[in-house]
Formats: sequence, structure tokens, C-alpha cells
Amino acid sequence: MGNKTALHQWHCDNNAKLVDFSNWDMPINYGSQLQEHHAVRQAAGMFDVSHMTVVDITGDDATVYLQKLLANDVARIAQVPGKALYSAMLNEHGGVLDDLIVYRTEHGYRTVVNCATRAQDLSWLQQHSSGFDVVIRERDELAMIAVQGPQAIERVKQVVDTAAAAVIAQCDVFFSATVDEVFFARTGYTGEDGLEIILPSSQAVVLWEALFANGVVPCGLGARDTLRLEAGMNLYGHEMDETVSPLVANMAWTIAWAPETRDFIGRSAIESQRSAGVDTQLVGLVMEAKGVLRAGQSVVLPGASAGRGEITSGTFSPTLGKSIAMARVPAGIGDYCDVEIRHKRIRVNVVKPCFVRNGRSLID
Amino acid sequence: MSEVRSELKYLSSHEWARVEEDGTVTIGITDHAQDSLGDIVYVETPEINTVIAAGEQVAVVESVKAASDIYAPVSGEVFAINESLEDEPEIVNSSPYDDGWFFKIKPSDLSELDSALSADGYSAAIED
Repeated sequence: MGNKTALHQWHCDNNAKLVDFSNWDMPINYGSQLQEHHAVRQAAGMFDVSHMTVVDITGDDATVYLQKLLANDVARIAQVPGKALYSAMLNEHGGVLDDLIVYRTEHGYRTVVNCATRAQDLSWLQQHSSGFDVVIRERDELAMIAVQGPQAIERVKQVVDTAAAAVIAQCDVFFSATVDEVFFARTGYTGEDGLEIILPSSQAVVLWEALFANGVVPCGLGARDTLRLEAGMNLYGHEMDETVSPLVANMAWTIAWAPETRDFIGRSAIESQRSAGVDTQLVGLVMEAKGVLRAGQSVVLPGASAGRGEITSGTFSPTLGKSIAMARVPAGIGDYCDVEIRHKRIRVNVVKPCFVRNGRSLID
Repeated sequence: MSEVRSELKYLSSHEWARVEEDGTVTIGITDHAQDSLGDIVYVETPEINTVIAAGEQVAVVESVKAASDIYAPVSGEVFAINESLEDEPEIVNSSPYDDGWFFKIKPSDLSELDSALSADGYSAAIED
């Protein structure tokens, strides 16, 4: 019996299979996660992601505070209302405490952090706010609905009022805007176009039902995982955790090294790693043989070196019709390796860790 | 509530066995099993002419969520496999007792099924 979102009753009434996710009762699917996945790639699907943690940061020192807390630099968005930024938040050892998106809002910044890391993130944010003129406010009275797919934005525009539809029409990718009490962000976790909508919980059911009546397919956490893995997106707790450097989690591009005078938490640790060089990397794997790659399976490199690695996330890719994975392996790996599955070694191809974009395979 | 068919025999590992009119046995997985597994993406069946023993692991069913071993309810020789499962494994989800059958065997000793569960026995087992 975990926490319930504003849409919980709707899920129960609509054939959702509910599971515990970090002490929240969430739908894993409403019948077929494969069909839900295809709906997002081909049309429009929606996810109740109200379990995520929304934290608003305001005050005169909001910018300099986040410049210290985050490995990416909010100065990149400070002068650009609505703009979004993807960042890691590191500890002093350069390990990833969380990955998050931060949006420039009218009065400061809005961050959306993971559900599983909520308590430690909030504690960390508070702990490191001393000396800064900031107000940190968790917005747990808000719900969040992600609508994703090539038709997603159109379907949302058709159910909101004309003012909101006009604002959405103007919203560029990786930007956000607020209309009355509803926050629209053109961001997502699927590799498709779409919106993430943050709104008062009291309004969530009405919007969800309107979208449902307009043909948007409800999708659960099962489809959410196959979509994000196809899109090459990390899942905290799998590709990285607080013991893992962003430099070995395909997150080096999110680090704003310049200006060198910006001393963010974890900077010196990852600078040392960068100078020394890293000896592992995160790659993509594709298996042509029947079967499903799964997190925790061992990777064996060909040749005398017999280096080993481990799968961080694996699944069946509905779009590709074969299994894909992300794996942490020795640097310099070639085009193929073997994965140990139930006492057999199966050959797999090594690819860049991004498999599908805008509904199309990147690996054929 | 998952469907349990009265005319079938069952293993507690969620396989069903149907004795056909000609004395051969058709084997598959139950409605309860397909529901627990979720969307099925691969079924690995034994090859034709394989001789299997009751209780032996003879097949694998793989869903997005998990891989599950399938055990033989009776001994015998495999003479047919459901080729539709190659391209449409989801048939197991939509029709676990009919179109979603896995393989058929010529049993060597039908009395082995006496120790398998009846429909009531299986229903009770999955209620726990």
C-alpha cells in the first residue's frame, strides 16, 4: 500500500496492472506494454509520472546556488526564459547523486528529479543551501502527465483552451511555458516529440480523461522503460548511481567545464578522472539471436584479454524486434562481444548506445 | 480471475496438458502464467523427434519481464511444435489454451498424468 497519484482510481478502473515503484502504486501496463510502446512511437501515448519529484528554487541566489550544485551550468539558461537543461548532480567524489532536468522559470528554476532519490536529493539540496539566499520548495501538490509521440502535441492542443494551445504551438523543443497554473515542457523520456505537463493534482483527472477521449493511449512503466532504453536514455540506479562517475555513464557531454572558475560540487574529482583517463565505457548491445538481454548479465570480450563487463539495462526492443541493452565494458571494445545468458555465451553486436530516434532504427 | 479449464491437467509450474482423442498430448502454459509473464516475445520449443521425460525442463518462454522454464508433464516424443509462435509469440497471451499451444507429444505412459493436478487442484494452487 504505497503512495497514490491523483490518477490512481482511474488506473484501477481501467485495467491497470499496478506495481510498487519506490513506494508508489503505479501502473506497469494496462494490458499490453508492447502495444503501448508502439502507440508512442506511431501516434501518442500518455504516462502518469506524478511520482517524480518537482522542486522549485527561487531567491536572489538561485542561479549561483544551482551553479554550485549541478555539474551542468544553469548560466546557459539563466537569460533564456523557459529553457531546459539536463544535468547530473554530483557528490564530492564525483559520483552521480541524480540526473535531472532544470527549467528556467519566471521566478527562478524548476527541477524535476527522480522518485527513488527524492529523500536524499531534498536533504542534499537543503544541506548545501546554507549561505545562499534561496527558497527550496517541493511541489508535492502537483501531478505530472507525459504525453509523447508524433501526434502528442496536436492531441494536447485539441483538448486544452485556446490560450494554452497557442502557447504550446510556440514552444520549442527543450523549452517550457506556464499558462494559468499549468506548466508545459517540450521534454520527455521516450525519444519522441511531446510534452511533460505539470499541473495541480486537482486538475489531473480532467486532463487525462480528455486526452483519453481524444485517442491518447494510456501507457505504463513497462513501456516507459522499453522506450527510454531504445532512445539511449539512462535510468538512475542502472546506468549510474552515486558510485559511478558521469564520465563512464555517457554523461560527459552534460558537464560544463567552462568557466574554470565555476566550482561545482564534484568538480575536482571528475577533473582528476578526466586527466587520468577512464578505462570503462557505456556501450549499446544488440542481440540478433532469440532471447532477452537483462541487467546484471555478464559481458565477455573476445580474444585473449577476456576482459569482462556487465549489462546495466536490457530489454526486448519492440521497435526493432530484437533485444537491446546498455553495458559497462572496458574501454576500446570492438564491434562484438558475448553475453552469458543461462550458462550459454551468445554473440552480440556493440553499437552506440542509442537505438531508435523519432520512430526509426539507428542501427540497421 | 484467470481462466482454468476443467478438462485439462496441470503442473504447479503452470503448464497444462490436454489428452487428445488420438491419445497424443498437447502442452502449453496457463492463463495465469501468461498474465504473470506479461507480453511474451520468444518461445523456445524442443525440436521435433526429441524424447523428453516427465519433469524435465524442455522449453523456455521469455517475456519482456522474465524468462521462464517450461517442464514436461509427461514423457514421450515430440512430434509437432507450434510454428506460429515464431512470428507471433503474443498468441500465447491472447489464447493460452487454444492457438497458443507449445508442442505435442506421443506419450510413452499416459498414467504419468494421474499425478498431475486437476483443474480444481491447480485453481487452489494459484489462489495462494
